[in-house]
Amino acid sequence: MIIEGKTNKWEIVCGLEIHCQIISKSKIFSTASTKFGADANQNVSFVDAGMPGMLPTLNKYCVHQAVKTGLGLRAVINKYSEFSRKNYFYADMPTGYQITQFQYPIVGEGIVTIDLDDGTTKDIRIERMHIEQDAGKSIHDIDPHKTFIDLNRAGVGLMEIVTKPDFRSPEEAGAFLRKLRSILRYLETCDGNMDEGSMRCDVNVSVRPLGSDEFRTRCEMKNVNSVKFVMQAIENEARRHVEVYENGGKVEQETRQFDAVSGQTKAMRKKEFAHDYRYFPEPDLPPLILTDEYIKQVADELPELPDAKKARFVNELGLTKYDAAVICENKEVAYFFEKAAVGHDAKKVANWLMGDFFAMLKCKNLTIDESPVSAENLGKLVDLIEKNVISGKIAKDVFEIMSETGEEPEKIVEEKGWKQVTDSSAIEAIVDKVIANNADKVAAYKGGKTGLMGWFVGQVIKESQGKANPKMVNDLVVKKLS
Amino acid sequence: MVKLTQMTVHETLDGLKNKQFSAVELTNEYIKEIDNKKELNAYVLETPEIALNQAKKADSRYAVDAARALEGIPMGIKDLFCTKGIRSTACSHILDGFVPEYESTVTEKLFAAGAVCLGKLNMDEFAMGGSNETSYYGPVVNPWQQDKHLVAGGSSGGSAAAVAANICAAATGTDTGGSIRQPSAFCGVTGIKPTYGRCSRYGIMAFASSLDQAGPIAKDVKDCALLLNVMSGYDEKDSTSVNLAVPDFTKVLGQSVKGLRVGIPAEYRPEGLNEEISAYWDKGIEMLKNAGAEIVNISLPHTKYALATYYIIAPAEASSNLARYDGLRYGLRIPGEHLDDMYINTRTEGFGREVKRRIMIGTYVLSAGYYDAYYLKAQKVRRLIRDDFMKAFEKCDVILTPTSPTAAFPIGDKSMQENPINMWLNDVFTVSVNLAGLPALSLPIGLSSEGLPLGLQLIGKAFDEETVFKAASVIETEAKFERLK
Repeated sequence: MIIEGKTNKWEIVCGLEIHCQIISKSKIFSTASTKFGADANQNVSFVDAGMPGMLPTLNKYCVHQAVKTGLGLRAVINKYSEFSRKNYFYADMPTGYQITQFQYPIVGEGIVTIDLDDGTTKDIRIERMHIEQDAGKSIHDIDPHKTFIDLNRAGVGLMEIVTKPDFRSPEEAGAFLRKLRSILRYLETCDGNMDEGSMRCDVNVSVRPLGSDEFRTRCEMKNVNSVKFVMQAIENEARRHVEVYENGGKVEQETRQFDAVSGQTKAMRKKEFAHDYRYFPEPDLPPLILTDEYIKQVADELPELPDAKKARFVNELGLTKYDAAVICENKEVAYFFEKAAVGHDAKKVANWLMGDFFAMLKCKNLTIDESPVSAENLGKLVDLIEKNVISGKIAKDVFEIMSETGEEPEKIVEEKGWKQVTDSSAIEAIVDKVIANNADKVAAYKGGKTGLMGWFVGQVIKESQGKANPKMVNDLVVKKLS
Repeated sequence: MVKLTQMTVHETLDGLKNKQFSAVELTNEYIKEIDNKKELNAYVLETPEIALNQAKKADSRYAVDAARALEGIPMGIKDLFCTKGIRSTACSHILDGFVPEYESTVTEKLFAAGAVCLGKLNMDEFAMGGSNETSYYGPVVNPWQQDKHLVAGGSSGGSAAAVAANICAAATGTDTGGSIRQPSAFCGVTGIKPTYGRCSRYGIMAFASSLDQAGPIAKDVKDCALLLNVMSGYDEKDSTSVNLAVPDFTKVLGQSVKGLRVGIPAEYRPEGLNEEISAYWDKGIEMLKNAGAEIVNISLPHTKYALATYYIIAPAEASSNLARYDGLRYGLRIPGEHLDDMYINTRTEGFGREVKRRIMIGTYVLSAGYYDAYYLKAQKVRRLIRDDFMKAFEKCDVILTPTSPTAAFPIGDKSMQENPINMWLNDVFTVSVNLAGLPALSLPIGLSSEGLPLGLQLIGKAFDEETVFKAASVIETEAKFERLK
């Protein structure tokens, strides 16, 4: 995206930092549950509450999840990493410090390929990913004079993914977040729900004159909580920078807050008031050492990721790139599709999936897991059309019943007597009847109005209550009228 | 007849086994003795009811021959250990009334071995100090020449004084820069700081996590070995504890030291070292030599940087470890208009001067722009200090030094109050050991001309407490130090 200023053309330079809650049963440094939605302060251990003498112990499963994620980001896994303390006082941070990784993160540089609307792709470079603990929640709106603290979230594992400043438009950032979410969901390492806060995004934005390769002062917007808002924040913040520069001003390095209602950003704190976090290595935890065998073992467990799946759907199943991309973005959809397509015409299954099937889910407001039409049955329905048991038109009626009752398509066709008529003598009888009853049209046809061909075919199919095989009808009508 | 309270742990265990007295009788004797010696200020909390209850259970175990390793042994617990259901404050105002819902691993092991809890022992606030004068509950009085009002040392001053004054059979201590060894030396008792990682730190309020280690303070070397047997061991709740088998430390006691190489570091005999201490050190060397040990001169060249290194690393970790005392969840809270005001009011009122001093130093050395010059450099020097020991241990098996450059000094000593550096200089022989993570034991070698106990320190290789115990047992036998009656 290029911003046309009054005097100059400007380019956006943007990088993202994404906090992703790790899917794990217990917290990253304690044995308390991570279950969402528990009553306030129910999932809190002595460690999470920062009680005297308590020590953190590293949850190995969180490490496993982080390594898995790193591999999914095609990133370097660091065999040596270290935990550090980030010191600051806040009421929802009971120990007065956050255990995080600073100088030696568990995951190094990686790459995420994003798909753009024009069908091209772009590689976004990952700078690093580290693991750390989440803070609790301060609740300010229960009482006008008091703040309430809920420590259920305190100590839940987070992965912080930092990109290089590779985004040149809000659309690229949006595509990245969707791709990242898709990868994390495939990996089952983070549920990626931005509205529930299990994926939170900090946005760094600056601008520069088009063609320049400088990096100008950036501003950071913390905790922007939807893809749409991230895109808005980038665009509006970039436009603000352009305006400042074009009016001869200077952009100040600061943390800004994105206001979802106005779509604008406003200053939160200037750099000179920035915290001094006094990072130092966490003395309660030894360095984290991973072996090649361990990393390989995790790599062996990786599922097929969206890009690979997409390529396979295109190359092996003959899907269009667009269809494959739509189907693969969501793991559940991709798995449903594969199940439905096995042994059937994959392209036709894809058409049905993206057409009537999605429309049905949307209309009924269901997720794919709740679909009354099973993957097997969708495949069978496509099969019935392929094998000329029913016509495409009848298939729509069958699908409608399937989405009400969840029944198998064969059974519906059988019960309704919708089996396509392929007996040529039966069809011939109807053709004869239509010709006999419409002498005027026959005459007109023979007189040169060949366009009536379609009308005859339609009449025959109508007469057969839609069950006559359209191709056979066509052939017979041609033969009889010639 | 010897009073029950004057007996060592191993003598007491024999007496209990042979039914010469019951655990309840023994515990009552200690409770009486604690009452008689209140002016020492060694206990900050007495728990006679809990003790008697535990003693009763101990007796029922003796009755059916099911006694455990420390069955019925009345102990004092340093207030830095969290004890379930028993107030634990680290002798800080900021932990007023704090009663943990959990038990530290070390005390859990002791009580599971049958030890009896007499109460919580006085200490320097959060173990920061070398004289027990920083305690919110006031200083401990050294039981030696009590009328002179000398310090018991610190930070485990209550533990050392209580053992010396026979108001507990043994005590737990912790040692971050000498906090077990220096008070042991001042009070004429024996204490060992084991290798870092030997005992779990779980449930011990952290001062400097990379240096803190629990250990016993007791009447003799054998008692220390018996206690350390119980206190040691891997704990999955402390990731810095080490998963190594714990030997029976008592087995090596009395074994020959023939051929044992004893290192004598030149740097520990600086110009101006107290002559009496120097002479006792020579005496210790002589004792080991006579027992067949080989004396080796060694060098620990980075010793001169140890104090400076220690007083950067320990406060740095402390400044972070003590951030949790914010008045929100437990202990003292002094309200304020806003959250920051409450933090400031609570911490201003709740922490004493020495703790504040160290929080400020620690905060400073970790600050942006100073980190490299202080903390990072200190970590590098720490490595050099550790390497010194590694090299020295190629030439020797154990190192002998004095424990402290002085004997106990008066409470309220002006030079120390006016210049905290003078107080910190007391740690000059002990801090290197913590920086290197090594085991070290202090035992009494004799009395100064003024009649005050002096101690020697034996430093071992990592996880080689056995050699330390073996050498200590030889010196103990030769020194024939007379404990207080």
